[in-house]
Amino acid sequence: MQVLYLLIETIVKCVVVFACLMLSVAYLTWLERKVLGHIQIRFGPNRCGPFGLLQPFSDGIKAFFKEDLVPGNSDKAIFVISPMIAIIAAISMFAVIPFGDQFTIPGTDWVVKLRIADIDIGLLYVFGIASLGEFGIVLGGWSSGNKYGLTGSLRAAAQMISYEVALGLSIVGVIILSQSLRLSEIVALQAGGFWHWNILYQPAAFVFFIICALAEINRTPFDMPESESELACGFNIEYSSMKFALFFMAEYAHMITVASVAVTLFLGGWQAPLPQLDFIPGVFWFAVKVFVLIFFFIWQRGTFPRLRYDQIMKFGWKVLFELTLVNIFITALIVLLKG
Amino acid sequence: MAENFGILFQWLIFMGMAFVSIVASLLVITRKNPIHSALFMVLTLLCVAVLYILLYNPFIAIIQVIVYAGAIVMLIVFVIMLLDLETELRSKLKIVHSKVIGGFLAVLFLFGILYTVVAKPPTGQTGSYTTEKMGSNVQAVGEALFTDYVFPFEIAAILLTVAIIGAVILSKKRT
Repeated sequence: MQVLYLLIETIVKCVVVFACLMLSVAYLTWLERKVLGHIQIRFGPNRCGPFGLLQPFSDGIKAFFKEDLVPGNSDKAIFVISPMIAIIAAISMFAVIPFGDQFTIPGTDWVVKLRIADIDIGLLYVFGIASLGEFGIVLGGWSSGNKYGLTGSLRAAAQMISYEVALGLSIVGVIILSQSLRLSEIVALQAGGFWHWNILYQPAAFVFFIICALAEINRTPFDMPESESELACGFNIEYSSMKFALFFMAEYAHMITVASVAVTLFLGGWQAPLPQLDFIPGVFWFAVKVFVLIFFFIWQRGTFPRLRYDQIMKFGWKVLFELTLVNIFITALIVLLKG
Repeated sequence: MAENFGILFQWLIFMGMAFVSIVASLLVITRKNPIHSALFMVLTLLCVAVLYILLYNPFIAIIQVIVYAGAIVMLIVFVIMLLDLETELRSKLKIVHSKVIGGFLAVLFLFGILYTVVAKPPTGQTGSYTTEKMGSNVQAVGEALFTDYVFPFEIAAILLTVAIIGAVILSKKRT
Protein backbone atom coordinates (compact mmCIF):
# COMPACT_ATOMS: atom_id res chain seq x y z
CA MET A 1 0.00 0.00 0.00
CA GLN A 2 2.91 2.30 0.81
CA VAL A 3 4.00 2.20 -2.84
CA LEU A 4 0.49 3.04 -4.00
CA TYR A 5 0.24 6.03 -1.65
CA LEU A 6 3.62 7.25 -2.83
CA LEU A 7 2.50 6.93 -6.43
CA ILE A 8 -0.70 8.89 -5.76
CA GLU A 9 1.22 11.58 -3.88
CA THR A 10 3.74 11.98 -6.71
CA ILE A 11 1.05 12.17 -9.37
CA VAL A 12 -0.90 14.79 -7.41
CA LYS A 13 2.25 16.83 -6.89
CA CYS A 14 3.15 16.61 -10.58
CA VAL A 15 -0.31 17.76 -11.65
CA VAL A 16 -0.39 20.66 -9.17
CA VAL A 17 3.13 21.83 -10.04
CA PHE A 18 2.43 21.54 -13.77
CA ALA A 19 -0.80 23.54 -13.45
CA CYS A 20 0.88 26.25 -11.34
CA LEU A 21 3.81 26.42 -13.74
CA MET A 22 1.56 26.78 -16.79
CA LEU A 23 -0.57 29.43 -15.08
CA SER A 24 2.59 31.32 -14.09
CA VAL A 25 3.84 31.09 -17.66
CA ALA A 26 0.55 32.51 -18.95
CA TYR A 27 0.61 35.44 -16.55
CA LEU A 28 4.34 35.95 -17.00
CA THR A 29 3.71 36.88 -20.64
CA TRP A 30 1.12 39.38 -19.40
CA LEU A 31 3.47 40.74 -16.73
CA GLU A 32 6.34 41.10 -19.16
CA ARG A 33 4.27 43.04 -21.69
CA LYS A 34 2.77 45.20 -18.94
CA VAL A 35 6.10 46.04 -17.27
CA LEU A 36 7.88 46.62 -20.57
CA GLY A 37 4.97 48.85 -21.58
CA HIS A 38 5.32 50.98 -18.47
CA ILE A 39 9.10 51.17 -18.89
CA GLN A 40 8.51 52.55 -22.40
CA ILE A 41 5.72 54.89 -21.18
CA ARG A 42 2.88 52.91 -22.79
CA PHE A 43 0.03 50.98 -21.20
CA GLY A 44 0.76 47.46 -22.42
CA PRO A 45 -2.18 45.07 -22.98
CA ASN A 46 -5.32 46.63 -21.46
CA ARG A 47 -8.24 45.57 -23.69
CA CYS A 48 -9.10 42.02 -22.60
CA GLY A 49 -10.69 42.17 -19.18
CA PRO A 50 -9.64 44.49 -16.33
CA PHE A 51 -5.98 45.57 -16.76
CA GLY A 52 -5.78 43.20 -19.73
CA LEU A 53 -5.82 40.22 -17.34
CA LEU A 54 -7.54 37.95 -19.87
CA GLN A 55 -4.91 38.68 -22.53
CA PRO A 56 -2.95 35.37 -22.03
CA PHE A 57 -6.12 33.33 -22.66
CA SER A 58 -6.98 35.40 -25.70
CA ASP A 59 -3.45 34.80 -27.04
CA GLY A 60 -3.72 31.09 -26.29
CA ILE A 61 -7.00 30.73 -28.14
CA LYS A 62 -5.61 32.71 -31.06
CA ALA A 63 -2.50 30.50 -31.27
CA PHE A 64 -4.63 27.38 -31.07
CA PHE A 65 -6.87 28.28 -33.98
CA LYS A 66 -4.20 29.62 -36.31
CA GLU A 67 -3.18 27.60 -39.33
CA ASP A 68 -0.26 25.29 -38.62
CA LEU A 69 2.29 25.76 -41.38
CA VAL A 70 5.15 23.38 -42.09
CA PRO A 71 7.52 24.87 -44.69
CA GLY A 72 8.13 22.67 -47.74
CA ASN A 73 11.88 23.12 -47.49
CA SER A 74 12.03 21.93 -43.91
CA ASP A 75 13.11 18.69 -42.27
CA LYS A 76 9.58 17.80 -41.22
CA ALA A 77 10.14 15.31 -38.42
CA ILE A 78 12.71 17.46 -36.64
CA PHE A 79 10.63 20.58 -37.31
CA VAL A 80 7.75 19.01 -35.37
CA ILE A 81 9.91 17.47 -32.62
CA SER A 82 12.01 20.51 -31.69
CA PRO A 83 9.30 22.59 -29.93
CA MET A 84 8.40 19.45 -28.00
CA ILE A 85 12.02 18.97 -26.87
CA ALA A 86 12.12 22.59 -25.74
CA ILE A 87 8.92 22.48 -23.68
CA ILE A 88 9.54 19.02 -22.16
CA ALA A 89 13.02 20.01 -21.04
CA ALA A 90 11.82 23.32 -19.62
CA ILE A 91 9.05 21.69 -17.59
CA SER A 92 10.92 18.60 -16.39
CA MET A 93 13.71 20.75 -14.99
CA PHE A 94 11.32 21.91 -12.29
CA ALA A 95 11.02 18.37 -10.89
CA VAL A 96 13.93 18.70 -8.45
CA ILE A 97 13.25 22.23 -7.18
CA PRO A 98 12.23 22.23 -3.48
CA PHE A 99 9.47 24.82 -3.37
CA GLY A 100 8.43 24.42 0.27
CA ASP A 101 8.88 22.58 3.54
CA GLN A 102 7.06 19.37 4.40
CA PHE A 103 3.67 19.07 6.04
CA THR A 104 1.59 16.23 7.49
CA ILE A 105 -1.82 15.47 6.04
CA PRO A 106 -4.34 16.09 8.86
CA GLY A 107 -5.74 12.89 10.37
CA THR A 108 -2.88 10.67 9.11
CA ASP A 109 0.84 10.39 9.70
CA TRP A 110 1.66 10.72 6.01
CA VAL A 111 4.32 13.41 5.49
CA VAL A 112 4.22 15.28 2.20
CA LYS A 113 7.48 16.89 1.14
CA LEU A 114 6.97 19.86 -1.14
CA ARG A 115 9.25 18.76 -3.95
CA ILE A 116 8.58 16.22 -6.67
CA ALA A 117 11.91 14.38 -6.71
CA ASP A 118 14.56 14.75 -4.04
CA ILE A 119 17.56 13.16 -5.77
CA ASP A 120 21.22 13.22 -4.75
CA ILE A 121 22.41 14.94 -7.87
CA GLY A 122 19.55 17.42 -8.19
CA LEU A 123 21.76 20.31 -9.20
CA LEU A 124 23.50 18.34 -11.95
CA TYR A 125 20.11 17.09 -13.16
CA VAL A 126 19.01 20.70 -13.71
CA PHE A 127 22.08 21.43 -15.83
CA GLY A 128 21.83 18.19 -17.76
CA ILE A 129 18.21 18.78 -18.74
CA ALA A 130 18.94 22.43 -19.53
CA SER A 131 21.66 21.43 -21.97
CA LEU A 132 19.26 18.98 -23.61
CA GLY A 133 16.63 21.71 -23.92
CA GLU A 134 18.99 23.76 -26.03
CA PHE A 135 18.63 21.08 -28.74
CA GLY A 136 15.07 22.28 -29.24
CA ILE A 137 16.21 25.77 -30.20
CA VAL A 138 19.20 24.66 -32.28
CA LEU A 139 17.29 22.00 -34.24
CA GLY A 140 14.21 24.20 -34.61
CA GLY A 141 16.22 26.82 -36.44
CA TRP A 142 18.13 24.31 -38.53
CA SER A 143 15.13 22.25 -39.60
CA SER A 144 13.16 25.30 -40.80
CA GLY A 145 15.24 25.46 -43.99
CA ASN A 146 15.54 29.20 -43.54
CA LYS A 147 18.82 31.09 -43.47
CA TYR A 148 17.72 33.39 -40.65
CA GLY A 149 16.62 30.37 -38.65
CA LEU A 150 19.93 28.60 -39.32
CA THR A 151 21.89 31.69 -38.25
CA GLY A 152 19.81 31.87 -35.09
CA SER A 153 20.43 28.25 -34.20
CA LEU A 154 24.16 28.50 -34.93
CA ARG A 155 24.31 31.43 -32.57
CA ALA A 156 22.32 29.48 -29.97
CA ALA A 157 24.72 26.52 -30.16
CA ALA A 158 27.85 28.66 -29.93
CA GLN A 159 26.43 30.76 -27.11
CA MET A 160 25.37 27.67 -25.20
CA ILE A 161 28.80 26.02 -25.45
CA SER A 162 30.55 29.14 -24.20
CA TYR A 163 28.14 30.00 -21.37
CA GLU A 164 27.46 26.51 -19.99
CA VAL A 165 31.08 26.38 -18.85
CA ALA A 166 30.87 29.58 -16.84
CA LEU A 167 27.40 28.65 -15.55
CA GLY A 168 28.66 25.32 -14.26
CA LEU A 169 31.74 26.87 -12.69
CA SER A 170 29.81 29.70 -11.02
CA ILE A 171 27.89 27.29 -8.80
CA VAL A 172 30.92 25.25 -7.69
CA GLY A 173 31.52 27.76 -4.88
CA VAL A 174 28.06 27.04 -3.47
CA ILE A 175 28.66 23.28 -3.78
CA ILE A 176 31.95 23.63 -1.87
CA LEU A 177 30.20 25.54 0.90
CA SER A 178 27.22 23.21 1.24
CA GLN A 179 29.11 19.96 0.38
CA SER A 180 26.07 18.54 -1.37
CA LEU A 181 24.38 18.47 -4.74
CA ARG A 182 21.00 17.74 -3.19
CA LEU A 183 18.92 20.90 -3.52
CA SER A 184 16.94 20.29 -0.32
CA GLU A 185 20.19 20.06 1.69
CA ILE A 186 21.48 23.26 0.12
CA VAL A 187 18.26 24.98 1.21
CA ALA A 188 18.38 23.46 4.70
CA LEU A 189 21.88 24.85 5.24
CA GLN A 190 20.60 28.36 4.59
CA ALA A 191 17.97 28.25 7.33
CA GLY A 192 17.66 30.80 10.12
CA GLY A 193 17.51 34.26 8.60
CA PHE A 194 18.85 36.05 5.57
CA TRP A 195 22.38 36.34 7.04
CA HIS A 196 22.80 32.62 6.39
CA TRP A 197 21.93 32.87 2.70
CA ASN A 198 24.63 31.86 0.26
CA ILE A 199 24.44 35.21 -1.53
CA LEU A 200 26.34 36.81 1.38
CA TYR A 201 29.11 34.20 1.16
CA GLN A 202 29.18 34.00 -2.63
CA PRO A 203 28.15 37.46 -3.90
CA ALA A 204 30.38 37.30 -6.98
CA ALA A 205 29.12 33.82 -7.88
CA PHE A 206 25.53 35.11 -7.71
CA VAL A 207 26.30 37.87 -10.21
CA PHE A 208 28.08 35.41 -12.55
CA PHE A 209 25.20 32.95 -12.23
CA ILE A 210 22.61 35.58 -13.13
CA ILE A 211 24.65 36.74 -16.14
CA CYS A 212 25.15 33.17 -17.41
CA ALA A 213 21.51 32.34 -16.69
CA LEU A 214 20.41 35.25 -18.88
CA ALA A 215 22.57 33.82 -21.66
CA GLU A 216 21.17 30.36 -21.01
CA ILE A 217 17.54 31.47 -21.33
CA ASN A 218 18.41 33.67 -24.33
CA ARG A 219 17.21 36.97 -22.91
CA THR A 220 18.42 40.48 -23.61
CA PRO A 221 21.30 41.41 -23.59
CA PHE A 222 22.13 37.88 -24.81
CA ASP A 223 19.10 37.19 -27.02
CA MET A 224 21.29 36.46 -30.02
CA PRO A 225 19.35 33.39 -31.28
CA GLU A 226 16.20 35.40 -31.83
CA SER A 227 17.35 39.02 -32.11
CA GLU A 228 14.28 40.56 -33.76
CA SER A 229 15.98 43.48 -35.46
CA GLU A 230 18.59 41.51 -37.41
CA LEU A 231 17.28 37.92 -37.69
CA ALA A 232 13.53 38.64 -37.59
CA CYS A 233 12.98 36.28 -34.64
CA GLY A 234 15.80 33.89 -35.54
CA PHE A 235 15.29 30.24 -34.73
CA ASN A 236 11.48 30.36 -34.55
CA ILE A 237 10.99 32.42 -37.73
CA GLU A 238 9.10 29.67 -39.61
CA TYR A 239 7.01 28.53 -36.67
CA SER A 240 3.37 29.43 -36.40
CA SER A 241 0.32 28.50 -34.36
CA MET A 242 0.75 26.09 -31.44
CA LYS A 243 4.35 25.19 -32.30
CA PHE A 244 5.35 28.82 -31.89
CA ALA A 245 3.33 28.97 -28.68
CA LEU A 246 5.22 25.91 -27.37
CA PHE A 247 8.56 27.63 -27.95
CA PHE A 248 7.19 30.72 -26.26
CA MET A 249 5.94 28.74 -23.26
CA ALA A 250 9.24 26.84 -23.05
CA GLU A 251 11.12 30.12 -22.90
CA TYR A 252 9.03 31.42 -20.01
CA ALA A 253 8.98 28.09 -18.15
CA HIS A 254 12.75 27.99 -18.48
CA MET A 255 12.90 31.51 -17.07
CA ILE A 256 10.86 30.48 -14.02
CA THR A 257 13.05 27.41 -13.47
CA VAL A 258 16.29 29.37 -13.74
CA ALA A 259 14.94 31.93 -11.27
CA SER A 260 13.96 29.07 -8.94
CA VAL A 261 17.45 27.55 -9.15
CA ALA A 262 19.00 30.93 -8.36
CA VAL A 263 16.63 31.32 -5.39
CA THR A 264 17.44 27.80 -4.16
CA LEU A 265 21.19 28.20 -4.45
CA PHE A 266 21.72 31.76 -3.33
CA LEU A 267 18.60 33.24 -1.72
CA GLY A 268 17.70 30.58 0.82
CA GLY A 269 15.03 28.73 -1.19
CA TRP A 270 11.76 28.60 0.70
CA GLN A 271 13.30 29.80 3.99
CA ALA A 272 11.87 32.97 5.52
CA PRO A 273 14.20 36.00 5.57
CA LEU A 274 13.78 36.39 9.35
CA PRO A 275 13.31 33.55 11.89
CA GLN A 276 10.29 35.42 13.33
CA LEU A 277 8.48 35.11 9.99
CA ASP A 278 8.66 31.30 9.92
CA PHE A 279 4.90 30.96 10.54
CA ILE A 280 4.19 31.99 6.94
CA PRO A 281 4.43 28.89 4.68
CA GLY A 282 7.64 28.41 2.74
CA VAL A 283 5.77 28.30 -0.58
CA PHE A 284 4.89 31.97 -0.11
CA TRP A 285 8.52 33.02 0.42
CA PHE A 286 9.64 30.90 -2.51
CA ALA A 287 7.07 32.55 -4.78
CA VAL A 288 8.02 36.04 -3.59
CA LYS A 289 11.73 35.49 -4.19
CA VAL A 290 11.14 33.97 -7.63
CA PHE A 291 8.88 36.89 -8.49
CA VAL A 292 11.57 39.41 -7.49
CA LEU A 293 14.16 37.70 -9.69
CA ILE A 294 11.76 37.44 -12.63
CA PHE A 295 10.87 41.10 -12.25
CA PHE A 296 14.59 41.83 -12.43
CA PHE A 297 14.85 39.76 -15.64
CA ILE A 298 12.01 41.75 -17.22
CA TRP A 299 13.37 45.06 -15.94
CA GLN A 300 16.82 44.52 -17.39
CA ARG A 301 15.25 43.52 -20.71
CA GLY A 302 13.71 46.96 -20.89
CA THR A 303 17.00 48.59 -19.86
CA PHE A 304 19.96 47.01 -21.65
CA PRO A 305 20.65 47.00 -25.38
CA ARG A 306 21.61 43.77 -27.12
CA LEU A 307 25.32 42.98 -27.21
CA ARG A 308 27.05 42.32 -30.47
CA TYR A 309 27.71 38.65 -31.23
CA ASP A 310 31.52 38.74 -31.02
CA GLN A 311 31.30 40.80 -27.81
CA ILE A 312 29.15 38.06 -26.25
CA MET A 313 31.62 35.32 -27.16
CA LYS A 314 34.58 37.40 -26.01
CA PHE A 315 32.86 38.22 -22.73
CA GLY A 316 31.97 34.57 -22.09
CA TRP A 317 35.39 33.09 -22.76
CA LYS A 318 37.78 35.89 -21.80
CA VAL A 319 36.04 37.45 -18.79
CA LEU A 320 33.38 35.23 -17.18
CA PHE A 321 35.33 31.97 -17.47
CA GLU A 322 38.41 33.36 -15.70
CA LEU A 323 36.42 35.21 -13.05
CA THR A 324 34.44 32.10 -12.11
CA LEU A 325 37.68 30.09 -11.85
CA VAL A 326 39.13 32.77 -9.54
CA ASN A 327 35.96 32.60 -7.46
CA ILE A 328 36.30 28.82 -7.06
CA PHE A 329 39.97 29.18 -6.16
CA ILE A 330 39.33 31.82 -3.47
CA THR A 331 36.36 29.90 -2.02
CA ALA A 332 38.33 26.66 -1.84
CA LEU A 333 41.30 28.46 -0.26
CA ILE A 334 39.15 30.06 2.45
CA VAL A 335 37.36 26.77 3.18
CA LEU A 336 40.74 24.99 3.40
CA LEU A 337 42.27 27.62 5.70
CA LYS A 338 39.24 27.62 7.99
CA GLY A 339 39.53 23.82 8.16
CA MET B 1 5.42 -8.86 -3.29
CA ALA B 2 6.57 -5.29 -3.55
CA GLU B 3 10.18 -6.44 -3.97
CA ASN B 4 9.23 -8.76 -6.84
CA PHE B 5 7.37 -5.89 -8.42
CA GLY B 6 10.48 -3.72 -8.13
CA ILE B 7 12.73 -6.36 -9.72
CA LEU B 8 10.23 -6.89 -12.54
CA PHE B 9 10.08 -3.14 -13.10
CA GLN B 10 13.89 -2.91 -13.25
CA TRP B 11 14.02 -5.75 -15.77
CA LEU B 12 11.37 -4.11 -17.92
CA ILE B 13 13.26 -0.81 -17.90
CA PHE B 14 16.56 -2.56 -18.65
CA MET B 15 15.05 -4.51 -21.56
CA GLY B 16 13.36 -1.44 -22.99
CA MET B 17 16.42 0.78 -22.70
CA ALA B 18 18.79 -1.87 -24.06
CA PHE B 19 16.51 -2.45 -27.06
CA VAL B 20 16.06 1.25 -27.78
CA SER B 21 19.79 1.97 -27.45
CA ILE B 22 20.69 -0.86 -29.86
CA VAL B 23 18.11 0.27 -32.41
CA ALA B 24 19.19 3.89 -32.05
CA SER B 25 22.87 3.06 -32.45
CA LEU B 26 22.04 1.10 -35.60
CA LEU B 27 20.19 4.14 -36.89
CA VAL B 28 23.21 6.33 -36.07
CA ILE B 29 25.36 4.49 -38.61
CA THR B 30 22.66 3.99 -41.26
CA ARG B 31 21.05 7.43 -41.56
CA LYS B 32 22.08 9.50 -44.60
CA ASN B 33 21.50 12.84 -42.89
CA PRO B 34 24.30 13.51 -40.36
CA ILE B 35 22.02 15.63 -38.13
CA HIS B 36 19.64 12.67 -37.78
CA SER B 37 22.62 10.48 -36.91
CA ALA B 38 23.67 12.95 -34.23
CA LEU B 39 20.14 12.96 -32.78
CA PHE B 40 19.99 9.18 -32.63
CA MET B 41 23.35 9.31 -30.89
CA VAL B 42 21.75 11.53 -28.23
CA LEU B 43 19.02 8.90 -27.85
CA THR B 44 21.62 6.14 -27.45
CA LEU B 45 23.50 8.14 -24.85
CA LEU B 46 20.30 8.85 -22.92
CA CYS B 47 19.42 5.14 -22.86
CA VAL B 48 22.91 4.29 -21.59
CA ALA B 49 22.46 6.97 -18.91
CA VAL B 50 19.30 5.17 -17.76
CA LEU B 51 21.32 1.93 -17.58
CA TYR B 52 23.80 3.70 -15.28
CA ILE B 53 20.90 4.74 -13.04
CA LEU B 54 19.80 1.08 -12.91
CA LEU B 55 23.35 0.29 -11.72
CA TYR B 56 22.81 2.73 -8.81
CA ASN B 57 25.17 5.31 -10.21
CA PRO B 58 23.16 8.46 -10.97
CA PHE B 59 26.28 10.64 -10.89
CA ILE B 60 27.88 8.90 -13.87
CA ALA B 61 24.48 8.93 -15.60
CA ILE B 62 24.01 12.67 -15.29
CA ILE B 63 27.64 13.36 -16.23
CA GLN B 64 27.01 11.27 -19.34
CA VAL B 65 23.99 13.43 -20.18
CA ILE B 66 25.76 16.74 -19.49
CA VAL B 67 29.09 15.99 -21.17
CA TYR B 68 28.17 13.68 -24.03
CA ALA B 69 24.52 14.27 -24.87
CA GLY B 70 24.64 17.97 -24.00
CA ALA B 71 28.04 19.40 -24.82
CA ILE B 72 29.77 17.02 -27.24
CA VAL B 73 26.82 16.20 -29.50
CA MET B 74 25.91 19.90 -29.47
CA LEU B 75 29.42 20.62 -30.73
CA ILE B 76 29.05 17.92 -33.39
CA VAL B 77 25.70 19.40 -34.49
CA PHE B 78 27.29 22.85 -34.58
CA VAL B 79 30.09 21.63 -36.84
CA ILE B 80 27.69 19.73 -39.13
CA MET B 81 25.57 22.86 -39.53
CA LEU B 82 28.63 24.98 -40.39
CA LEU B 83 29.89 22.55 -43.04
CA ASP B 84 28.33 22.59 -46.46
CA LEU B 85 27.46 18.90 -46.67
CA GLU B 86 25.75 19.02 -50.05
CA THR B 87 28.98 19.80 -51.89
CA GLU B 88 30.91 17.27 -49.80
CA LEU B 89 28.48 14.54 -50.76
CA ARG B 90 28.46 15.52 -54.43
CA SER B 91 32.26 15.54 -54.74
CA LYS B 92 32.30 11.83 -53.83
CA LEU B 93 35.25 12.46 -51.55
CA LYS B 94 35.85 9.21 -49.72
CA ILE B 95 38.70 7.75 -47.77
CA VAL B 96 39.85 4.63 -49.63
CA HIS B 97 39.51 1.40 -47.64
CA SER B 98 37.54 3.32 -44.98
CA LYS B 99 35.07 0.46 -44.72
CA VAL B 100 37.84 -2.11 -44.32
CA ILE B 101 39.64 -0.11 -41.63
CA GLY B 102 36.38 0.71 -39.84
CA GLY B 103 35.22 -2.92 -39.95
CA PHE B 104 38.59 -4.13 -38.66
CA LEU B 105 38.49 -1.66 -35.75
CA ALA B 106 34.89 -2.62 -34.95
CA VAL B 107 35.78 -6.34 -34.80
CA LEU B 108 38.80 -5.49 -32.63
CA PHE B 109 36.60 -3.56 -30.19
CA LEU B 110 34.05 -6.37 -30.18
CA PHE B 111 36.77 -8.85 -29.18
CA GLY B 112 37.97 -6.44 -26.52
CA ILE B 113 34.51 -6.22 -25.01
CA LEU B 114 33.98 -10.00 -25.25
CA TYR B 115 37.35 -10.62 -23.60
CA THR B 116 36.59 -8.35 -20.64
CA VAL B 117 33.14 -9.88 -20.19
CA VAL B 118 34.14 -13.55 -20.57
CA ALA B 119 37.66 -13.64 -19.14
CA LYS B 120 36.99 -11.57 -16.06
CA PRO B 121 33.36 -11.75 -14.94
CA PRO B 122 32.26 -9.08 -12.44
CA THR B 123 32.77 -10.66 -9.04
CA GLY B 124 30.52 -8.29 -7.14
CA GLN B 125 32.73 -8.32 -4.05
CA THR B 126 32.33 -5.40 -1.67
CA GLY B 127 35.37 -3.23 -1.19
CA SER B 128 35.74 0.11 0.50
CA TYR B 129 33.56 1.64 -2.21
CA THR B 130 30.30 -0.24 -2.17
CA THR B 131 27.50 0.39 -4.62
CA GLU B 132 25.56 2.46 -2.09
CA LYS B 133 28.56 4.63 -1.34
CA MET B 134 29.51 5.14 -4.99
CA GLY B 135 25.99 5.68 -6.18
CA SER B 136 24.84 8.30 -3.75
CA ASN B 137 28.09 10.04 -3.07
CA VAL B 138 29.82 12.38 -5.49
CA GLN B 139 32.49 12.73 -2.82
CA ALA B 140 33.46 9.06 -3.24
CA VAL B 141 33.97 9.53 -6.98
CA GLY B 142 36.03 12.66 -6.35
CA GLU B 143 38.17 10.95 -3.73
CA ALA B 144 38.84 7.98 -6.00
CA LEU B 145 39.77 10.33 -8.87
CA PHE B 146 42.17 12.47 -6.88
CA THR B 147 43.88 9.75 -4.82
CA ASP B 148 44.04 6.31 -6.46
CA TYR B 149 43.57 7.43 -10.04
CA VAL B 150 45.28 10.81 -9.97
CA PHE B 151 47.89 9.78 -12.58
CA PRO B 152 45.39 8.68 -15.29
CA PHE B 153 43.36 11.76 -14.44
CA GLU B 154 46.31 14.10 -15.03
CA ILE B 155 47.30 12.23 -18.19
CA ALA B 156 43.77 12.70 -19.55
CA ALA B 157 43.93 16.40 -18.73
CA ILE B 158 47.28 16.78 -20.55
CA LEU B 159 45.92 14.84 -23.55
CA LEU B 160 42.92 17.16 -23.80
CA THR B 161 45.10 20.26 -23.54
CA VAL B 162 47.39 18.92 -26.29
CA ALA B 163 44.36 18.21 -28.47
CA ILE B 164 42.99 21.74 -27.98
CA ILE B 165 46.34 23.39 -28.77
CA GLY B 166 46.75 21.15 -31.81
CA ALA B 167 43.29 22.08 -33.07
CA VAL B 168 44.05 25.79 -32.68
CA ILE B 169 47.36 25.47 -34.54
CA LEU B 170 45.78 23.46 -37.38
CA SER B 171 42.95 25.95 -37.83
CA LYS B 172 45.44 28.86 -37.85
CA LYS B 173 47.57 27.21 -40.52
CA ARG B 174 44.70 26.78 -42.96
CA THR B 175 43.78 30.47 -43.18
